[in-house]
Amino acid sequence: MSAQITSSAKLDRFAVSPARRRKDRLARGAISGATVIALIPLALVLYYLLSKGLSSWSWSFFSTDPTGNTFFKTSSIGGVKSAILGTIEIVALASAIAIPIGVGVAVWLVEYGRASKFAHLVRFFVDVLTGVPSIVFGLFIYIVLIVGTGSSYAGYKGSFALALLMLPVVIRSAEVILTLIPTTLRESALALGAPRWKVIFRIILPTALPGMVTGVLLAIARAAGETAPLLFTAASTRNTNFNLGQFMNSLPVQIYDDVTSPTTAVVNRAWGAALALVTMILLLNLIARLVSRRSRLA
Amino acid sequence: MTSDGTASRVADMEPESQAEGERRRIAPKGPESNSSTATETAPSPVEAKPGLSVTLEKLRAFYGDAEQVKGIDLDFRANEVTAIIGPSGCGKSTMIRCINRMHEEIPGAHAEGSVLLDDADIYDPSVDVVAVRRAIGMVFQKPNPFPTMSVFDNVAAGLRLGSSGRRGQGKVDLQAKVEAALRGAGLWDEVCERLSEPGAGLSGGQQQRLCIARSLAVEPEVILMDEPCSALDPIATLKIEELIEELKQRVTIVIVTHNMQQAARVADRTAFMLSGELVEVGPTQEIFTKPNDSRTEEYVTGKFG
Repeated sequence: MSAQITSSAKLDRFAVSPARRRKDRLARGAISGATVIALIPLALVLYYLLSKGLSSWSWSFFSTDPTGNTFFKTSSIGGVKSAILGTIEIVALASAIAIPIGVGVAVWLVEYGRASKFAHLVRFFVDVLTGVPSIVFGLFIYIVLIVGTGSSYAGYKGSFALALLMLPVVIRSAEVILTLIPTTLRESALALGAPRWKVIFRIILPTALPGMVTGVLLAIARAAGETAPLLFTAASTRNTNFNLGQFMNSLPVQIYDDVTSPTTAVVNRAWGAALALVTMILLLNLIARLVSRRSRLA
Repeated sequence: MTSDGTASRVADMEPESQAEGERRRIAPKGPESNSSTATETAPSPVEAKPGLSVTLEKLRAFYGDAEQVKGIDLDFRANEVTAIIGPSGCGKSTMIRCINRMHEEIPGAHAEGSVLLDDADIYDPSVDVVAVRRAIGMVFQKPNPFPTMSVFDNVAAGLRLGSSGRRGQGKVDLQAKVEAALRGAGLWDEVCERLSEPGAGLSGGQQQRLCIARSLAVEPEVILMDEPCSALDPIATLKIEELIEELKQRVTIVIVTHNMQQAARVADRTAFMLSGELVEVGPTQEIFTKPNDSRTEEYVTGKFG
């Protein structure tokens, strides 16, 4: 008995005061609340996408082009095949332009430019580019490649606009990952008598790959969802088209067109297209993660 | 200690260097290095070449405008282990990083003076840095195997990344070289079953010996070690020290260490540095028992630093 009393008396100095317990509960409540609030719109977006989008998914939704005929039965409005293929083509070309250049700039900044004045200037401009609204890139391409050349809309012009949009995201994310690679790794490769370019290609880039994939995916996801730069660069068309030199449909533009339609079936097609876009990006994400995990030793 | 043996070894090398007359230059495809790799057929190629001496002449090293190494003249004799001791920040690491021209990798850093490998000045403007680094290997403070590579690939990295057109050499040759390097680092028996596993999966001591094997694989004549045991436990440290003892048969070793017992155990000669200057260099036993300079005595007896 007496032993217990003395031990609890000894423990008193370690006891948590009621005031601190209250503050702790309050703070925990606040951050949990913030998390829940942030999750609500996310959950709602997914819920609406699935509930409204899934109902419009069907074989013909993926296998037919939009017909443009929007005033009759659901079956006659057509699917979004041209939009899905168009998005894949435009974004693939944009990625093929932006990823190598972006990674190249990042490698230059980290491995060569370092703290030089020019490198700082490049970083500054990349930051400015990150903040430029997407429509400005579209406008730029429109003025340079469409008004400037007196030619018409084309898929590849949309790709250029998207590539400009992706570039700063790719550069910044790749640069951050490259900076994280320990200097000793670089030095030990150089100390083996490896020329710098081989150190970059065989040691640094493979080590950075899993981290870079994340940044690149972010850039692709952002580009794939952009409507504004495509509206007046790639325009839109109903037909499936494998020639990037011609008008090209894309999912965001299709959604933009459909969602303003007075016909319910067409609006539902917009939901279906939105779900398709989200699913595509999710799939790409999964594939890229699997690939980058495999390329690295477990 | 071993001064007799080394003296004769140095003497053996002299006629060759004198016959050359002028300072040999290290060119990327020097006839010397080509012929030596081409003619050798021995199963363990790492034992083929003896070490080379390294001489620092008025070596100064800067970070921006700050002078960290203030004019050092120092000889590292061929096939000897030379330990560099001194308090933190005295320029030990900076100095040895000048020997394989790694110092200049740091933005804003540069070095002046000359470093003679045998008798070729590696700071000569015509010298290819990459070739210098193939001749002078380096082991770093923390074990740092390449994280994306297996044990085998880590050791083969230097051969594969090399500039000297080694693509022609066969797989068998590469395997033999990797095995020889791993044996040379005393690691073969422990990892021969796990060559395809990631190098980062080994223990700290094994990783450090893997890094030593990695630098041995390119057959350097000199190996620089920058506190190679500071991240290791005593048992792993002992293994590395035993390894150093063996390695000096075939390479010249310069080791920076904070551990004076280690210097006493492994080094033939010891150099004491203080605030960027060489205070004194001599046979290890002399430095630790009857140094000429009072500052050395104070340091080795633990009065400061």
